[in-house]
Amino acid sequence: MILLKLFLAFAQIGLFAFGGGYAILPLIEKEMVNNLHWLTHKEFLEVVTISQLTPGPIAINAATFVGYKVGGVIGSLIATVSVCLPPVILVLIVVRFLKRFETNIWVNNVLKGLRPAVVALIASAAYSLVRGGGITEIKGLIIGIASFIILRTRKLDPILILIIAGIVGILIYQ
Amino acid sequence: MDKRDSIKSKFELALSIFTVFFKIGAFTWGGGYAMLPLIKNEVVERRKWITSEDFIDGIAVSQSLPGPIAVNTATFVGHKLCGKFGAIVAVTGAILPPTISILVIAMFFSRFRELTVVQNFFKGANPAIIALIVSAVIDIGKSALKRYREFVITLILLFLLIYLRIHPILAIVISAILGIVFGEKR
Repeated sequence: MILLKLFLAFAQIGLFAFGGGYAILPLIEKEMVNNLHWLTHKEFLEVVTISQLTPGPIAINAATFVGYKVGGVIGSLIATVSVCLPPVILVLIVVRFLKRFETNIWVNNVLKGLRPAVVALIASAAYSLVRGGGITEIKGLIIGIASFIILRTRKLDPILILIIAGIVGILIYQ
Repeated sequence: MDKRDSIKSKFELALSIFTVFFKIGAFTWGGGYAMLPLIKNEVVERRKWITSEDFIDGIAVSQSLPGPIAVNTATFVGHKLCGKFGAIVAVTGAILPPTISILVIAMFFSRFRELTVVQNFFKGANPAIIALIVSAVIDIGKSALKRYREFVITLILLFLLIYLRIHPILAIVISAILGIVFGEKR
């Protein structure tokens, strides 16, 4: 029963994962943290950070992590496959009439319409990560602002910034 | 070519599709768009599996459909080369490295996360990940929001998501409908 729930939850996330990457976060948070209570806010934050530090799309990483937590190795496989299933099926359907899809006016209007949603979803992800305990005190705020400034002014790899911030955390919070 | 040869060559093709996407899955950190140049380099330039134009068409579709871009692109390229079977092989290759690495982490994480050093690492890294996301909002906002109207819709949706706690799917549906309402009428 729990495996079926896992399948349905992640298939739904896969089906509505527009915009890729961070835009998927609110969807995962809503289902996993708020509705199904499979993750705490803190764990959600950890999953996001771990995803960034390991290879692969965040949706896959979250699916594998949550799936394992809820249903062991089988659970992680089911969650991972189910998050991929809707996109794979949709791509296989659309490649049959690729040209017509690309030039279709309805498709274009919907895609343009989705742009504000993608931006709003990513912004709301940032907001809820702050609210969920991502920044709780002044040291954290300083690390966040410093990371942001470095990110915007230097061409430094984001992963490197994450690792440095983590090491800074180890040094200043002991 | 007799039947055995054709099965053999199909197997070889499947194996190299798998290898290429496994490599791509293993070496793209941060996911998403970081993957595209790597995929293009492998399947267009090195292997010459598909033409540059076909690849661009494939990317356009991958971006417009839901799902991780790596999964969608793998499906598209795999299908182009070897039909549905090729698509499944490519996707499996692409998701295996992240799945294995997260699985290993998940198995041991519960033991490590109580360590002070791990907790402090996350305490430092969490504000940085938020900085990363805020930075992404700025970049994507700049390229995606061309008109005043789009900007206003973004703010309204953000308000609905944060204060009225609407489901993200509802935000997606609302903006798709607005896209049709305000869109070009052929």
